[in-house]
Amino acid sequence: MLLVLVLLFIEMSLLAIGGVASTLPAIARAVVHQHHWLTAPQFAALFGLAQAAPGPNMLVVTLIGLHVAGLPGALAATAAMVIPSSTLAVLVSGLWEKFRAARWRRVTQAAITPITGGLILAAASFLIRAADHDWRALLITLAAALLTLRTKLHPLILLGAGALLGLLGLM
Amino acid sequence: MSASPAAIAAPPALRLVSAPMDDAEAAAPPRLDHAALFQGFFIAGLSGFGGVLPFARRIIVERRAWLTAAEFADLFSLCQFLPGPNIVNFAGAFGARHRGLTGAVAAITGLLAAPISIILIAGTLYERYGGLPAVHRTLGGLAVAASGLILGTALKIAAPSLRRPATLAIVVLAFVLLAVLHFSLPAAIAIALPVSLLVAWRIVR
Repeated sequence: MLLVLVLLFIEMSLLAIGGVASTLPAIARAVVHQHHWLTAPQFAALFGLAQAAPGPNMLVVTLIGLHVAGLPGALAATAAMVIPSSTLAVLVSGLWEKFRAARWRRVTQAAITPITGGLILAAASFLIRAADHDWRALLITLAAALLTLRTKLHPLILLGAGALLGLLGLM
Repeated sequence: MSASPAAIAAPPALRLVSAPMDDAEAAAPPRLDHAALFQGFFIAGLSGFGGVLPFARRIIVERRAWLTAAEFADLFSLCQFLPGPNIVNFAGAFGARHRGLTGAVAAITGLLAAPISIILIAGTLYERYGGLPAVHRTLGGLAVAASGLILGTALKIAAPSLRRPATLAIVVLAFVLLAVLHFSLPAAIAIALPVSLLVAWRIVR
């Protein structure tokens, strides 16, 4: 199981174009639908928990590892997500000066942006389907999205408000 | 790491200004040791609620003047260009610039040490008490808000691409491949990337 976990996140590490969020649908598919390690609502809850904690957004990977295989799973999953891509970053950063102004680099970066947008939207649609069970929840999701988009409100305030509404049984 | 002549000419007093300043004046950074790398990223990781980037930028550019704003943006764009967790890549690349491989390890472990410890505690509590109705409801509400947060973030990231029909089509293509047709991530990227490269080739001058 540890090996499956490690191989999954090594693959995700190298496919995470534009950041870890773009791999969320693929991670969800693997851990929810393929291996049945988590239910979709559990996945959404772990994602929420990782968002509420300090640190990089990739920590949902640590939580999945913890759930699947305890502490070794958490550490292995995290290492698998971090080491391949950061090794690449270390190797390439030395060369970066040489081609940062190159047209092919700007083209590639411009090409990645819309794909990242589509992939993260796919992640959002998965999480919304997993977390929202009725119209009230959907309304709160849309409100949180709008506030994220239009204001500089701290994410922790939104998450705290959501948690409080949940605790009070209002959705 | 070369500084512009203007940066070298800047009076030393300027470097001590810790308030946000226009970063073109920041001094050339010294070669940082492992402890400084670990500590700098440790603070960024610990304060990074809802994304570490703004905090890392504050510490590295504004507080410690390790990089100018332009150098920061340049190195960060490399890390967005490459796959993986952007801020972790950034810590690795920045650490490697100063102390090679061990510098990269120092910066990355500094960045992740506190968040991983905290998330492990939170995760352990979840595994133990996640079944309690009150905890279950709270986490349900948290997940609802978090899904809205990521929807907002996704729209922010996609926004520049939505203005042009061609790039809008790529956003839709990537979304449909993954979320509707349930292609695997490698397959979705293998299909969308060549199309997107072609579009970008015509847009980017």
